[in-house]
Amino acid sequence: MGLKLAALLKSLWVFHLSTGSCNNCDIEVLDCLTPRFDVERFGILLVGSIKHADVLLVTGSANRKSMQRVKRLYEQVPKPCLVVAIGECALSRGMFIHSYNCPLPVDRIIPVDVYIPGCPPKPEAIIAGVLKLTAKVKGRAR
Amino acid sequence: MPRTIVPIGPYHPLQEEPEFFSLTVEGEKVVDIDVHIGYNHRGIEKLSEMKTFDQATFVVERICGICSTSHPLAFVQAVEDILPIEVPERAKYIRTIIAEGERVHSHLLWLGLAGHFLGYNTVYMWTWKLREEILDVMEILSGNRNNYGMFKPGGVRRDLKADDIPGVLKKIDSIVPTLEMLKKAIMDDPVLQARTKGIGILSREDAINYSALGPTARASGVARDVRKNCPYAAYDRVDWDMIVLQNGDVFDKLVLRVLETFESIKILKHCLTKLPPGEIDAKLTSIPPGEGIGQHEAPRGETFHYVRSDGTNRPTRHKVRAPTFMNLPTYKATIVGETLSDATIILAAIDPCYCCTERIAVRNATGMKLYNGEDLVKLSVEKTEKLRKQWGMK
Amino acid sequence: MTRDEVLNDLRARFAGDILDLVEKSPKRVYIEIRVESIRDVALFLFKDLGGRFNTASGVDGRSQMEILYHFTLEDINLLISLRVRLEKPNLEVESLAPLFEAANWVEREIHELLGINFKGHPDLRRLLLPDDWPRGVYPLRQDYREWDPEAIRDRGV
Repeated sequence: MGLKLAALLKSLWVFHLSTGSCNNCDIEVLDCLTPRFDVERFGILLVGSIKHADVLLVTGSANRKSMQRVKRLYEQVPKPCLVVAIGECALSRGMFIHSYNCPLPVDRIIPVDVYIPGCPPKPEAIIAGVLKLTAKVKGRAR
Repeated sequence: MPRTIVPIGPYHPLQEEPEFFSLTVEGEKVVDIDVHIGYNHRGIEKLSEMKTFDQATFVVERICGICSTSHPLAFVQAVEDILPIEVPERAKYIRTIIAEGERVHSHLLWLGLAGHFLGYNTVYMWTWKLREEILDVMEILSGNRNNYGMFKPGGVRRDLKADDIPGVLKKIDSIVPTLEMLKKAIMDDPVLQARTKGIGILSREDAINYSALGPTARASGVARDVRKNCPYAAYDRVDWDMIVLQNGDVFDKLVLRVLETFESIKILKHCLTKLPPGEIDAKLTSIPPGEGIGQHEAPRGETFHYVRSDGTNRPTRHKVRAPTFMNLPTYKATIVGETLSDATIILAAIDPCYCCTERIAVRNATGMKLYNGEDLVKLSVEKTEKLRKQWGMK
Repeated sequence: MTRDEVLNDLRARFAGDILDLVEKSPKRVYIEIRVESIRDVALFLFKDLGGRFNTASGVDGRSQMEILYHFTLEDINLLISLRVRLEKPNLEVESLAPLFEAANWVEREIHELLGINFKGHPDLRRLLLPDDWPRGVYPLRQDYREWDPEAIRDRGV
């Protein structure tokens, strides 16, 4: 698994998944693709189908309606797949910890590799998080 | 022709469960729709009852990321309506500045998305790059690109520094030429007009029957704007026009938002140059028992908050109604009779919360043909390409 | 019509239905009406006065529930809120959805979050809550308690 993952690092294909968020983090993720931050020069592409994904970007506080689907989606993603939790809601549900519709944090449903805190994290923070991810994977491959 | 169900929804296309929008089609024409929401429901009304009035302002900011000003502004106005209390002049101007800055960035975001769905990816990249300038302005004024945290019951939390204002005005002026160019490009492009004129028409009667709000209503000839009808903050101290168009199709909604962006820039510059000195906070110490209502014209329509208090420091009831809640049912009135390739742009014309338009999957119930989000947008882009060839354009 | 003309006309026309009319401020009026009269008064405000239906707020109390229907009369900058009190356990009121489409989703939301029945509503399904949410559990009621044993409510620190 380590060698394959290291080979993917040259060009990571990310799939963006929102589990019930306010969309701020989602828009900051899309902002990374726009000319000012432009992560495409690092080879990072946003794909439309989960079958092509190497990295799953998860935002949102794991709504009851989206919980079962998130689990099923994670099972269908071709492994190896890395999961990045973006924003306070994906970390621990943030201020929605007492909400009746958000029972569990995301990392109790699927395993998470990198956490990027912020509400929302700035695009610079997201890029720094992705670089930490590549460093972690390189460390694992060695 | 046999009827097939085409769900447009979130996540993986191979699922059997109901998705956001289930379209029933006969051939290529849509004949009926069913809408399923609830994927973003986080129980904010119940959460407000556990928080104090100050804390509830922060919870309410995170209802929607794009309308991050409109919910706190409506909420603090609802709390101030309980007494009722007058907010200092300077605070009113600062509230208007933040609200209009948000309107500009929200409309630019929408313009980019509409361009993406129609196949104009250059427009997508240009408008989002332009949007970064406005986000820089908001960061200079409030400290953050999105969740500004500027409002509190009684006034605003932070002041604007006089030294920042000339630089901010220069930045705002720098985006106006590009906006003018985009406006001209949109009005003159024949393919865009063929693609959006006469598509997804919402009649005036339907707009009133569904209580449509914001640009969705104003494009159908219904002159509704909370900033003009029930003025608050500094909107009655600035000379600006409410834009109303008559046809109710996607083209009118597109043009309306572009024109509104120019009006917003006018209001922004006026308030920044004429900012009065003085206090920014009415210094509320306690909220008496009672009930209050606050309204604000968000980029998508009227946001409505109702707050009831019993004299303690927590609200006993907080009712939130976002504008998309009233606008989304109008999709039923606009999509029936249209073709599948227009489904994304008609939905996007309502400007629902971004999440709804992003997650689109199409499955043909009889043929098991699979489209995912990208494919449905491709259908729309293909139609644009066909029209371009017809017109003899590149 | 001016604000006072509108209010006097309402007082005269619905004298038997109005229980209380409070003019809180120049822009806010709260009218309490009988439960049976909601359709007539709401239709008059929507059709004849051209008011816009903002939304309806349901409020849970000790022995009764209230629903407030908010209408904005835009030309004169007046927001009229019709208050209807329902005694527990008879939480039923006539639906406004057959009169105008705007009330459709609003009443579905109140029904699933507070448990009020709207008689005559064409489609009273769940709108926001998931399908596996237990029946008869209404989150916005004051006596709502956590029913999910697997929910985690502390951060673990």
